[in-house]
Amino acid sequence: MDQWDRFIETFFNSTVLSKYAPSILEGVWVTIELSLLIVIVGVVLGTFLALLRAYENHFLSFLIVVFADIFRAVPPLVLILIVFFGLPNAGIFLSSFLVLFLVLMLILAAFSEEIIWAGITSVDRGQWEAARSTGLGFTQALVWVALPQATRMAIPPLTNRAIAITKMTALGTVIGVPDILNQATTAQSFSGNASPLMLAAIAYVLLFLPLVVMSRWLEHRFAWRKA
Amino acid sequence: MATWRMGTSRPADDTTSRSNPELSHRVRSLVFLPAVSAVTRPAVSANGLVPSLEICGLHKSFGPLEVLKGVDLKVAHSELVFVLGPSGSGKSTMLRCCNRLEEPDFGEIFIEGDLITGRGVNLNAIRQRIGMVFQAFNLYPHLSARKNVTLALRKVRGMRWDESNAHAMEALDQVGLADKAESYPSELSGGQQQRVAIARALALEPQVMLFDEPTSALDPELVGDVLEVMRNMKAAGMTMLVVSHEMNFAREAADRVIFMDQGQIVEQGLPAEVFGFPRHERTRAFLSRVKGM
Ligand SMILES: Nc1ncnc2c1ncn2[C@@H]1O[C@H](COP(=O)(O)OP(=O)(O)OP(=O)(O)O)[C@@H](O)[C@H]1O
Ligand SMILES: [Mg+2]
Repeated sequence: MDQWDRFIETFFNSTVLSKYAPSILEGVWVTIELSLLIVIVGVVLGTFLALLRAYENHFLSFLIVVFADIFRAVPPLVLILIVFFGLPNAGIFLSSFLVLFLVLMLILAAFSEEIIWAGITSVDRGQWEAARSTGLGFTQALVWVALPQATRMAIPPLTNRAIAITKMTALGTVIGVPDILNQATTAQSFSGNASPLMLAAIAYVLLFLPLVVMSRWLEHRFAWRKA
Repeated sequence: MATWRMGTSRPADDTTSRSNPELSHRVRSLVFLPAVSAVTRPAVSANGLVPSLEICGLHKSFGPLEVLKGVDLKVAHSELVFVLGPSGSGKSTMLRCCNRLEEPDFGEIFIEGDLITGRGVNLNAIRQRIGMVFQAFNLYPHLSARKNVTLALRKVRGMRWDESNAHAMEALDQVGLADKAESYPSELSGGQQQRVAIARALALEPQVMLFDEPTSALDPELVGDVLEVMRNMKAAGMTMLVVSHEMNFAREAADRVIFMDQGQIVEQGLPAEVFGFPRHERTRAFLSRVKGM
């Protein structure tokens, strides 16, 4: 057996691949489900926090800033381990799926809040004045005039951040979430062969490459449409 | 340019509604001596005895800088008052106090006899009665021209979609831009953007329109269209307070010219008087500087 055959045997073993493909596909669905939940809930929560911050209530703003800074500063794996192994000691038992969702969702919410807040503050003062001079209230001006412009500015960095954080669903492996990577490492240890990991990598590429391409397209589109 | 629809109802040279300032002040005082709530609308306001806009003893400081040092001004129904003065004299601040984008320190402001300064005034309600046009247009870049106009109609007036659209198209037609209704601000020239901004304010059917250097950000060849729209508004009987450097426009369209300096109204009169025979040294100095430019 020459080097090439050994390489194929190790990474693209057809019997191993066909045997474990179904379980990895199950992992794909878990990863998709998790990612969608994280992105939707995380961005909505982050937007809501950024809007709250616009009211410039000192106490609320302080809480939001503390939340955003902590969740952006601590490494995600540390947060996942603290929540997963810490909460049971306090008598709270959450499934590994729920823990992973909660932690990554909150991290994305923290980043979204900062990105959208930056967008809101960069909206020209004249926009606010025009809106208020036609009788719109503060909340109306915020929601109908400032937020759409803030969102437009926020979309490219937000997309990049959402991709980076949904990729971290792979961290779920350490607490037993049956995502792509976990299914693949299980298969790898049963079969004593690296082909399932290769399949996992391909699954990630198929899943995330379209998103990466889309983010580049969005960046281009929104840079160009700027008024 | 589209025909001016509102204009058909009133002749352009309507001066009968010009009020006697002394009398109107007394009437207002009688009606409002015990400072009653701003929602009260005296019946006399309709016949022009009460000024459309009245500013009494307006003071405003930014920190240690006293920008307005007691400004008194009455603008009658359908009157176009033109304000000029050197940079930093407080023209914009005075205008912005009139719809309380800037909060006055002292003084009172009345719209059609209704007190709009002080506590307990519904800001969003009174702002619909005062249209404002900005030097930088401030159109919403994410909305089409039509939606720029309908936003306040829907959110503030509570109009339904079709009603607000009909209203917006009428306002855009008045500024000659009905065919640009679906264009975004970035697709419009500066002059067109400013006309959309005027339509946005007009659609709320304000009783007074404030203009803060509406043509200063425009290329010279685009100024004419905006001034034309303003001339039409004047002909249709709109009450207008205009800060601008367009002296020719003032000569031909203004009922009164006001010269402001260092937070005070230094001089006022007919355009021919103020431009031709300025009484104050500061006015003369300013005018000669402007003409020399
Ligand atoms: N929000 C603010 N905070 C502090 N100072 C201000 C503020 N707005 C205006 N000023 C100051 O008040 C003074 C009057 O400003 P204002 O804009 O009313 O002048 P203006 O007559 O409109 O001048 P211009 O012709 O340059 O527009 C200026 O010295 C300006 O720097
Ligand atoms: Mg100014």
